[in-house]
Amino acid sequence: MKNAKLCILTSLAVAVTAGMAALPTSSAAAKTLVYCSEANPEGFNPSLFTAGTTFDASSRQIYNRLVEFDRGTTNIVPALADSWEVSNNGTTYTFNLRSGIKWQSNDRFTPSRDFNADDIIFSFDRQRVDSHPFFNVSGGTYEYFQGMDMPSLIESVEKIDDLTVRFNLTRPEAPFIANLAMDFASIMSSEYADQMLAAGTPEIIDQEPIGTGPFRLVDFQPDAVIRYAAHEDYFRGKAPIDDLIFSITPDSSVRFAKLQAGECDVMPFPNPADLDAMRADPNINLLEAEGLNTGYLAFNTERAPFTDVRVRQALSMAINKQAIIDAVFQGSGVIAKNPIPPTIWSYNDAVEDYAFDPDAARALLAEAGFADGFSTNVWAMPVQRPYNPNAARMAELIQADWADVGVTAEIVSFEWGEYLRRSKDGEHDTVLLGWTGDNGDPDNFLAVLLGCSAAQDGTNRARWCHQPFEDLIQAAKRTADVAERTSLYEQAQVISKEEAPWVTIAHSRVFEPISSRVSDFRIDPFGGHVFYGVDIQE
Amino acid sequence: MTVTDQEQAEQTAQATTEIEQPSPLRQFWSSFRENHGAVVGLFTIIIMIGIAFSADLIAPHDPNQQYRDFLLIPPMWQDGGNSQFIFGTDPIGRDMLSRLIHGSRFSLMIGAISVTLALFFGVTLGLAAGFFRGWVDNLIMRTVDIVMAFPALLLALAVVAILGPSLMNATIAIAIVALPQYIRITRAAVMGEAARDYVTASKTAGANTLRLMFITILPNAMAPIIVQATLGFSSAILDAAALGFLGLGAQPPTPEWGTMLATAREFIRRAWWVMTFPGMAILITVLAFNLMGDGLRDALDPRLKE
Amino acid sequence: MLTFLVRRLFLVIPTFVGVTLLAFALIHLIPGDPIDLIAGERVVSAERRVQLEAKFGLDKPLHQQYLIYMGHMLQGDLGDSIVARRPVVHEFFARFPATVELSVIAIFLAVIVGLPAGILAGVKRKSAFDHSVMAVSLTGYSMPIFWWALLLILLFSVNLGWTPVSGRIDVKFFFDRVTGFMLIDSLLSGQEGAFKSTVRHLILPSIVLATIPLAVIARMTRSSMVEVLTDDYIRTARAKGLSRLRIIDIHALRNALIPVVTVIGLQVSVALGGAILTETIFAWPGIGKWIIDSISRRDYPVIQGGVLMIAATVIVVNLLVDLLYGVINPRISHA
Repeated sequence: MKNAKLCILTSLAVAVTAGMAALPTSSAAAKTLVYCSEANPEGFNPSLFTAGTTFDASSRQIYNRLVEFDRGTTNIVPALADSWEVSNNGTTYTFNLRSGIKWQSNDRFTPSRDFNADDIIFSFDRQRVDSHPFFNVSGGTYEYFQGMDMPSLIESVEKIDDLTVRFNLTRPEAPFIANLAMDFASIMSSEYADQMLAAGTPEIIDQEPIGTGPFRLVDFQPDAVIRYAAHEDYFRGKAPIDDLIFSITPDSSVRFAKLQAGECDVMPFPNPADLDAMRADPNINLLEAEGLNTGYLAFNTERAPFTDVRVRQALSMAINKQAIIDAVFQGSGVIAKNPIPPTIWSYNDAVEDYAFDPDAARALLAEAGFADGFSTNVWAMPVQRPYNPNAARMAELIQADWADVGVTAEIVSFEWGEYLRRSKDGEHDTVLLGWTGDNGDPDNFLAVLLGCSAAQDGTNRARWCHQPFEDLIQAAKRTADVAERTSLYEQAQVISKEEAPWVTIAHSRVFEPISSRVSDFRIDPFGGHVFYGVDIQE
Repeated sequence: MTVTDQEQAEQTAQATTEIEQPSPLRQFWSSFRENHGAVVGLFTIIIMIGIAFSADLIAPHDPNQQYRDFLLIPPMWQDGGNSQFIFGTDPIGRDMLSRLIHGSRFSLMIGAISVTLALFFGVTLGLAAGFFRGWVDNLIMRTVDIVMAFPALLLALAVVAILGPSLMNATIAIAIVALPQYIRITRAAVMGEAARDYVTASKTAGANTLRLMFITILPNAMAPIIVQATLGFSSAILDAAALGFLGLGAQPPTPEWGTMLATAREFIRRAWWVMTFPGMAILITVLAFNLMGDGLRDALDPRLKE
Repeated sequence: MLTFLVRRLFLVIPTFVGVTLLAFALIHLIPGDPIDLIAGERVVSAERRVQLEAKFGLDKPLHQQYLIYMGHMLQGDLGDSIVARRPVVHEFFARFPATVELSVIAIFLAVIVGLPAGILAGVKRKSAFDHSVMAVSLTGYSMPIFWWALLLILLFSVNLGWTPVSGRIDVKFFFDRVTGFMLIDSLLSGQEGAFKSTVRHLILPSIVLATIPLAVIARMTRSSMVEVLTDDYIRTARAKGLSRLRIIDIHALRNALIPVVTVIGLQVSVALGGAILTETIFAWPGIGKWIIDSISRRDYPVIQGGVLMIAATVIVVNLLVDLLYGVINPRISHA
């Protein structure tokens, strides 16, 4: 042992003389916040990826967008854009940009100018124009941009002057401003891009990001730790904390142990089973809020017997949702009666859910010609999601409930990618899935998940195309008037309940256990984590 | 290693036989009996098999019955326990003890099926390699090398991913991963035997190839294979549990022990019994097979005893 | 010696090609592909799928994909990760030191505990010590590793608070990664407490990973000792009146170690395989966890590259063991 130590010491001496002195630690006065994140980010360019973890590590700390969601709400506020005007026909959006916004710098890059319209053009054209020099850099997959239908929606992005840009759209689109607040629309530096392109290493801009946001990336060790430092010249003022550290910790019970041990200050996605222990711990504040999500069971309405609305209604009545809330969510969820969560405007509270009633279910099944029941399957996702913390367990409960009304259901599970694809192709009888909102607009739930075109392309797992419903949501998309849209969506929700393409199961509550030293942390309804504005006591 | 053990065992065994001539089975039993651990292992296994066969009779509850008013009840000796559920209940109110009892069926079944599969194919291929030598040997052994360059768990994972997650597919994957061991051991034992006089004698007497392989050589090369099969049982149970833990084994609501552990992970702090008992069950079963395997090895290789 | 080395290396080549082929075949036989996962709950349209397949080179026939891959591999290029969009080689070496560090410490632990315990048990056969070593090692050998890890975490990290729960070092330490081995880098940093923190983080994962190798090494050493001690030449030595200690030291030990070295070599590949589970549980940022994550994301280039690198490591270790075998066992000549 002693010899080994000596050996190490010798190599140490050699290394030090070789001039590889280590960096000094940050001074004791610096305020550091440690966030135990749940997974490794895919990368640092939010437009290339779709995972919330990646957004937490990139767009939400490093970048800004033209407009943003006010921290902790779904309200849209000006950010890089001061103000904007929409033309009367709803197809031209003109943004007036804020002046004097500083870019961050790193070892490779020192900005020579402030943020301007060129950066906006760059950030959108990279994702939009396939001849753009950056279009194919880093794999060039812009799935959110694609998914929000941006390529066919945006006709052009024009620079009017350094601080004015105009978006010309191909059609009126009420949720457009909300879309621009999404992570994929983060603004990157075109000057940095030009320099890296000239240096022959364009992919660097996606790995060593430069943004206008409150934190700049200092160091990233895959699967272990991400370090950020506050951006001194941030346009809203420097963040109260100096250093932000993401300690990557995939297991939720391990995250809790670290939080208790003071090894981290904020943790996402606690185990529902641990919530009581967290409430009891005096050093932990358990914040909670309504989630912007819905977990559902979709009937494949193209397959018998689910073509019959009575069967769908009967099986809806047969499920004991309260038992699911108790056993699967451990109380960390609420029963869902609409496809959209109550936090979204236009939520129709007047809709009445099917009550749990096995007798009525049996009667209705008999009426539909299935007095002796039938055999079917329930697909259970292999992954944990905010809208469904344990699909296998949920499926076991549903299986037992349906067995009670004579329906035999086999539980089926595939690996996640396979699950998504096969359910998209409609190979299931019934499937458990869910959705977390992207932009707080009802269209983002009702059209994406239950619309007719979605039944074609597969996001509508019920494969349900019902004309009266479709007419309502299409009308709502074309109007900018919020009151009118609200009324249309409220009617749509009534129809979706009567027709029962889904059993709406639950909206989860979002819990964020934080150390009692942390102040002004606000739960992001989109499930993200924003650390600008958060402070910590030493 | 096994080759030399085996050769030595043969020599010693032959030497002893010449002098005393007791029945081989009796001789085996008398030396096996001396190893107390092995006897304990044997009896544990017999009890396990008994439990597995009579699970329907002895389990106090239906293993899939959900008592929704009794979620996560601790074992009866703890505060809040309920004598109805001796080992407590799981997150959806199923009786732990009944699930553990029924789980013994799956673990033993996985062991039995995967060992049988691996034994059948492994012995055949190993016999062919050791008997024919030449290109057959080369082909088989190079393939074995390739398979063995993969970490076993990774290979099993890939096979299950290809076949789709289920108990049966996990069993097949485990058998495939274990194959190289059986091939190598059989080949080594066969090569040790093939050079013996009795084989040459049999050959000159005009015995055909198949007869030579399966009737003349194989029975004499069986000892290390039997030991490997016993130990294979325990590694099969462990591998199945690992696959179940990674979500690729038995599917719900099957009360397989590894799968029970996987779903129990989130309760590690709140409900220790959900995690502890299935792990104990695995440990005890695997330990029993290893003890017995050890005893078998000693009994079949008297040289290691005094 | 040299000819032996050349011959062995020559034999390794077909094995390695076989490994690439098998890995490639297995990966592409797994249903589903990375494109399904790119969009999550939303879906990739049919025409977009065609574009993405072309982008990732998945549109070509499989044998062509394999030949292209092999061509690139010969130039040292293992492709880009579909998830991280970075070269696989780069991603691999960012994580490999973590796995090596953990495996080496675990094997070291297994050897320094297992070897003496096995020798002593073999010498004092049938003693209480022998029985307890055998009982403990058999139990370790029978342990479901993930369960064992969880129990240790529950006891030492959660209930007693003696060891950190996961990771390689306390995040408050930040220094240059000179070697990638945290034990060395933390010393190099000169920061107070950094080395201690690294050691504390290593304790539980290395115990877990060492459990099975330790059991195997102890058992193997014991039976090897027993075998050698009953050999004729030892009896002769004993008859010649050599002291018991001297017999154990010179004659027995050397011969008993021969099979043990092979076993230790085999345990390196066991440890690399075991690292998959251990790393997943302890959030250890090594290649085991990386490959598991990549399997569930169908990141073909990563799975392929990672498996090849592991296989290559195993092959190299086996080669080293063979060489070492020759050194300690003069009866085998490599000429």
